[in-house]
Amino acid sequence: MKPRGDPDLEIPLLLEAIYQKYHYDFRSYSAASLKRRLVSALNHFGLSTLSQLQDRLLQDAKVFAELLRFLTVQVSDLFRDPSYFRSIREKVVPYLSTYPSLKVWVAGCATGEEAYSLAILLAEEGLLDRTLIYATDIHPESLRMAQSGVFDLDRFARFTQSYLEAGGKGSLSDYYTAAYSSAVFDRRLRKAILFSDHSLATDAAFAEVELISCRNVLIYFEKNLQERAIGVLRDALGRKGFLGLGQKESLRFSRHAEVFADFVPDDRIYQKL
Amino acid sequence: MQRQIDIIVIGGSAGALEALSQILAVLPRDFQVPVVLALHLPAGRPNLLPKVLADKCWLSVKEPDDKELIAAGHLYVAPPNYHLLTEKNGLLSLSVDDPVMFSRPSIDVLFESVADAYGGAAAAVLLSGANEDGARGLAAIADAGGVTLVQSPESAAVRTMPDAAVKLSRVDHLLPADELGLRLVSLAAARTP
Repeated sequence: MKPRGDPDLEIPLLLEAIYQKYHYDFRSYSAASLKRRLVSALNHFGLSTLSQLQDRLLQDAKVFAELLRFLTVQVSDLFRDPSYFRSIREKVVPYLSTYPSLKVWVAGCATGEEAYSLAILLAEEGLLDRTLIYATDIHPESLRMAQSGVFDLDRFARFTQSYLEAGGKGSLSDYYTAAYSSAVFDRRLRKAILFSDHSLATDAAFAEVELISCRNVLIYFEKNLQERAIGVLRDALGRKGFLGLGQKESLRFSRHAEVFADFVPDDRIYQKL
Repeated sequence: MQRQIDIIVIGGSAGALEALSQILAVLPRDFQVPVVLALHLPAGRPNLLPKVLADKCWLSVKEPDDKELIAAGHLYVAPPNYHLLTEKNGLLSLSVDDPVMFSRPSIDVLFESVADAYGGAAAAVLLSGANEDGARGLAAIADAGGVTLVQSPESAAVRTMPDAAVKLSRVDHLLPADELGLRLVSLAAARTP
């Protein structure tokens, strides 16, 4: 349904209200997909204008918590884009394995698929026991789901196929226990991942890491916010650290490009100089 | 009355590739209006579409990166497993939001964003297809004052998509594919350089 009112006027007001009241900053998110998400939220709430939504969420934090789901959640897959994980395994791991201990950051982890994929990969390469994976997101509910390590079992047919295409060395079923209609990842994987709240829009780097995977997150940002976020990732990467982006994301036009070298161009993996 | 067209968007699904080839074959070498395409494809295999299309037209064909500036003389193809959208500042955006009508890329998502960003300066073409994605988007283009073109159902390999569009939206030109191409050429010619 098309919203009534004047969305082009109301969206900036709504985002400003959210920022002032709840300190979540969506003001520099890509407008086109943000508008789609807000319109579907309006339908969900049964409201006809964004001004009404603004009024509701200023009075009721629960409304905002519910809206946050519409504004943030992206459902990913285990081993989405298998060739990316194959490149991490074959080209990045040989570097990583020379370090006595490792830190990895999955920035914008949503419900955790990417973090578990990397944990499995690092386990198979014998690195997980000396690795700490930070997985961060701005959505508390996603982080809770990610931390539980529980996923719908009916997604595992596709997950298994991608795992094999990504060069998986065993069987994906080695890493989870199925019960009824869900599967839970093993404790060994879960305890290697630290899920926590972090915003690429408002927070700074919090640790020095050797590998960052931040895929299909920057596409939701306008260019100025992309630059800010890439700056945070740059600050967090140690010298010779690796940065993996989504298949259609690039550092080509970024002002931070000069401190990175292409490492696996086809899979958008960069190395910090 | 002739108007200025700043962007052409094309959507299609099953059976659309042949129609698309006929349209592209008609576009002249100096065609100035950028074209953005969302075609439903099976996900997960290497996308041969840009290469296939490059052989059929004068336009430079590419899968855009996120936030790429839309430029004349280009045909931008929505990458598999992403939605493609246009922004008001002339950039292309990608998203991995949920599929719409089981489709990612979704034609509705592309067309609605174009209606928003370009209003009456857009022309949208909907081709053969076996589902109803694109009909809502076409209606959005029509509501925003853009030009709507649909492959005539009887000339389409699969008529579900054109039929849905005719039912839901004002359609300015209902034609076989080769004539749609000619219509685009005359719409583009009305541009003031």
